[in-house]
Amino acid sequence: MMLKAENLNVYYGPIHAVKGVGFEVNEGEIVTLIGANGAGKSTTLKTISGLMRSRGGSIEFMDKSIASTAPHKIVELGIAHVPEGRRVFTRMTVEENLDMGAFTAKAANLEADKERVFEQFPRLKERRKQIAGTLSGGEQQMLAMGRALMSTPKLLMLDEPSMGLAPILVEQVFDIISALHKAGTTILLVEQNAEMALSIADRAYVMETGRITLSGTGKELAASEEVQKAYLGG
Amino acid sequence: MKFLAYLVSGISLGSIYAIIALGYTMVYGIAKMLNFAHGDVIMIGGYVSYLAAKNLGVSPLVSVLIAMAVCTVLGITIEALAYRPLRSAPSLAVLITAIGVSYFLQNSALLIWGANPKAYTPVISGTLQLFDGQLSVSYISILTVACCIVIMVGLTLFTGKTKMGKAMRACSEDKGAAQLMGINVNRTISLTFAIGSALAAIAGALLCSFSPALMPTTGSMPGIKAFTAAVFGGIGSIPGAFLGGILLGVIEALARAYISTQLSNSIVFAVLIIVLLVRPAGLLGKYTQEKV
Repeated sequence: MMLKAENLNVYYGPIHAVKGVGFEVNEGEIVTLIGANGAGKSTTLKTISGLMRSRGGSIEFMDKSIASTAPHKIVELGIAHVPEGRRVFTRMTVEENLDMGAFTAKAANLEADKERVFEQFPRLKERRKQIAGTLSGGEQQMLAMGRALMSTPKLLMLDEPSMGLAPILVEQVFDIISALHKAGTTILLVEQNAEMALSIADRAYVMETGRITLSGTGKELAASEEVQKAYLGG
Repeated sequence: MKFLAYLVSGISLGSIYAIIALGYTMVYGIAKMLNFAHGDVIMIGGYVSYLAAKNLGVSPLVSVLIAMAVCTVLGITIEALAYRPLRSAPSLAVLITAIGVSYFLQNSALLIWGANPKAYTPVISGTLQLFDGQLSVSYISILTVACCIVIMVGLTLFTGKTKMGKAMRACSEDKGAAQLMGINVNRTISLTFAIGSALAAIAGALLCSFSPALMPTTGSMPGIKAFTAAVFGGIGSIPGAFLGGILLGVIEALARAYISTQLSNSIVFAVLIIVLLVRPAGLLGKYTQEKV
């Protein structure tokens, strides 16, 4: 097992945002957390990457506890997190953003890593000298993903990669996620677009108001009546 | 020719402000806090350099290097002890702490070295005569301007080209995202304080070379003026601090020469107020765009 989280409890001041959440991700899988806005999905990802802390509970990555590891050390261990809203460095160029993504990587591999990312995202190569703040939303999402891949992560966590994108770009983003998965990257995907997420996921968890309420394979959940009603407009 | 002499003195005074302002602006840009103790680090730098030259008999250059080393350690220590525990505290708490650190340093200096001014020996003496002796430019002026330009170019290259420099810019824009890149934000902030404090030591030696009376309050007024210069140029911007410092020095020198010695400080701050009314972000400052 690559990632195993148990009994996560996360608070924003007095608000109990994540209540006893546990889940696992096996090597080579795409696992998705779906659920409505405010269900605690993003908070769960932030807790895995160390930006938020759980009171009690445990997080194990490759059989090592990371529940109290500093965020920058977690990146070194091989988890890359593409945050909600992309959060590219808008005042830096595309290439500088990629350099930051490679902060923990060996300097000797920098150019090779960049070429690899440019192959996956040719648009970024065209715009390499451009200031990231001037990119379109879709391009910024590509940059945020490319930047995360610069560290050659074992586990890639994506938070709402389709948010605010036109339908054609959403398809493109999901094609890229599938391609990354085929190339061997393990993926933990948080999405409000449940239909798209379930269509590519091996397994899925449904979150509601801070709790995991359902879990199963992507196909099972896509066929489940509850999910159909709540998230797929069926 | 007189005007030229005033201008030269303004530019060299402004270069000192610029060096101090660079420290202010870098710390603000990355830690998002106003380190009001920065001026007092300058004073400590002056004392260390003075004592090293007097008691160890080292050359002025070596005394400045020692002061830089001491101030670097001091800056890192202040950040770790006073500011780091307040990383997620309201900015007002950090501001008040910074003012407290400022008084702490001043009073410690008073306790250790007393209130009597010490006569600092300029790091370099002598003047260069130009235009058949009509314009004399002191070597310390030339050294100051040269230092300022070297520091400004060095910092620009550092933040633009090096991995740690880029990491500083990343932290300045979004600390959370920077952490997700594997950047150690605490270490980056320490480094910023280290650089700012080393610059403060250089500024201290240059400042005391211009006005050799070294006292525990030596750093306060130049510190406040350099802060003004940083805001004037656009706080957080390296070229802004440079431009703001030089302009402030020139305005001060010309106001002193042509209007009134007593009023020169008032005029400097009046200009600041007018500039901020017209350009609230400062001359080279940018509004941070809120993106959703």
